Amino acid sequence: MATLFFVLGIPLLGSFVLALSGHRDAGREINVAFSLGTFVATCVLTTEVIAGGPLFAWNREFYIDPLNVFLVTLTAFVGLTTAIFSRPYMRVERDHGKMTPNRMRLYHSMYQLFSFTMLIALTTNNLGILWVAMEAATLTTVLLVSVYRTPASLEAAWKYFILCGVGIAQALFGTVLLYMAAEKVIGTEGGALLWTNLDAVKAQLDPAIITLAFAFLFIGYGTKVGLVPMHNWLPDAHAEGPTPVSAVLSGLLLNVAVYALLRCKVLTDGALHSQLAGQLMIAFGLLSVLVAAFFLSRQKDVKRMFAYSSIEHMGLITFAFGIGGPIANYAGLLHMTVHSLIKSGIFFAVGHATQKAGTQNMADIRGLIKVSPTVGWGLMLGSLAILGMPPFGVFASEFLILTTAMREQPWATPFLLLALGVAFAAVFSRVQPMVFGETSVRPLAHPPALLPVFAHLGLGLMLGLYIPPYLDDWYRQAARMMGG
Amino acid sequence: MTELVGQLINLLAAILLMLSFAMISQRRILSLIHLFTAQGATLVAATVLVGYATQQPHLYISAGITLLLKVIAIPLLLHRVITRLDVRWDVETLINIPMTMIIGIALVIFAFNLALPISKLSVSLARGTLGIALACVLLSFMMMITRSKAVPQVIGFLSMENGLFFAATSATYGMPMVVELGIALDVLVGILILGVFLFHIREQFDSLDISHLEKLKED
Repeated sequence: MATLFFVLGIPLLGSFVLALSGHRDAGREINVAFSLGTFVATCVLTTEVIAGGPLFAWNREFYIDPLNVFLVTLTAFVGLTTAIFSRPYMRVERDHGKMTPNRMRLYHSMYQLFSFTMLIALTTNNLGILWVAMEAATLTTVLLVSVYRTPASLEAAWKYFILCGVGIAQALFGTVLLYMAAEKVIGTEGGALLWTNLDAVKAQLDPAIITLAFAFLFIGYGTKVGLVPMHNWLPDAHAEGPTPVSAVLSGLLLNVAVYALLRCKVLTDGALHSQLAGQLMIAFGLLSVLVAAFFLSRQKDVKRMFAYSSIEHMGLITFAFGIGGPIANYAGLLHMTVHSLIKSGIFFAVGHATQKAGTQNMADIRGLIKVSPTVGWGLMLGSLAILGMPPFGVFASEFLILTTAMREQPWATPFLLLALGVAFAAVFSRVQPMVFGETSVRPLAHPPALLPVFAHLGLGLMLGLYIPPYLDDWYRQAARMMGG
Repeated sequence: MTELVGQLINLLAAILLMLSFAMISQRRILSLIHLFTAQGATLVAATVLVGYATQQPHLYISAGITLLLKVIAIPLLLHRVITRLDVRWDVETLINIPMTMIIGIALVIFAFNLALPISKLSVSLARGTLGIALACVLLSFMMMITRSKAVPQVIGFLSMENGLFFAATSATYGMPMVVELGIALDVLVGILILGVFLFHIREQFDSLDISHLEKLKED
């Protein structure tokens, strides 16, 4: 309980401290320090949960179980590495005059507040608070995306705000309906929005209300996951914000949205005794994979391209959870982990590459490997990893998803294979000349932070070859909990 | 007595729906803000009535929050924004008004049909109101789509929040207090950010026409 206080308290305190001091040069280091503190606290929390099982805190308002504890640790880890990456990145941005001291302060403060909202969303047991935290996360990231104040970034942020605001409003309506159904069973006094309470009585919830509630929740949180056709905000927000923000959007925010969807799906499955939730997720997941794969080949901007790749992978994850069952759920969780690690690793490499080249246009970035072999190799290996090449972790999870799909939903397999093939051709043909070929980029004044890139790729590689037993155990428990 | 209160709540729900229709047909931004304020006031009255009828004191608190936020603070803020941006007049909608009204009617029928099976199950004293709340949400949604200017979009967004709030009050006697506070905070921060954005957009594009915000397209 005390640990949870630190997990949530450190980023909140960090956002206040950085709101006062984030404009100083030391702001970047303070940001790293607070992220490190959060990460240490989550590690302690994790060991506590492993040792003592699921735990409640503060009047059952918070609940940590195998499903969210691994996401909490992942969130804090990616938060830390992104903070390390953002140190040299933001120094260069400041030298280029894109970041004034005031913007720097806003950026750092919002970065910590964003971590705070993510961790609240993951740890809360109250579905209403989950909604509030998701909306708050939207607000903080809107400010992060628009931090450059260029016309394009304002446009991206406005679109993001309006689309996600409208989308998430549907989720609120769904939450109201869920509460209405729960009230009949639990009563107004018994914490009818607490997920654990709902989970205990899910079989008695009224199917008519739950069906409608899930439809609204699916549209709402699905917008945040970036599922087609509610995905329009995602490429803009990724491309126009600072690169560290793209990394946390892809690596963390999308995962947390998937998590919210999963919590709702467990309740819906229990109440309906039908496959409605799963079928919706299969359909929209597959649609997202296909549409994103074909959009990938039309991109010119490197960050937009990887944003579409995020839509593709989120579609794949949604598809996996839609199939359900122990193996598909396991694969979905594994894919969430490796995608989050590798995609944010790619964005780190892309961030350094675009700063070196001075453009995000892929046609103008050439021969990275000559100027900076590490950035070049980071981008190349990261791209291969995200495309599902063995021995990286994405291969393992995609293989599991595909084989389960062949057994459970054979009609979907050709579409998946087609999409993965198209995505491979599109991304590889773009990245290859960026890394090799004649050079057009120049070295930077500040050495890039490459530790985060290779730490993420290394972990992604490890998960492809060997999953540590405790992690395996987590995944299995979480997969079972989701109705495996 | 409860009968009378139930009827009154239904009346207020009808007024809410009427105000939503008035909003989609309104061209002037200033009148839109007045309508939004009236919608907020109706919501406060409905919340107080539900609180009185069901003996739920926490609804009085949430009515108080709504009064402060949606009847006083946000309209004041919007007034200041439009005075400083000087955009009190606005005559553009993407679809003409009669067409909008017809689509609006279709949306209301759709919302009522969607809510019908649930209204039957509702134990709450105002059964038909869930359909009305959903209709208000959809109408505000349409308003956001059909307006090309930034300020009406923001008002549409807020009015959608009103519809959701009404759904929470009428269908479930209000969400738990902590959730309601959180939602109010989000709305407040959201409107502040949007307000700041309006000035930035104006500065960058010399206009508040959202159709300028279409540079980021797939090519």
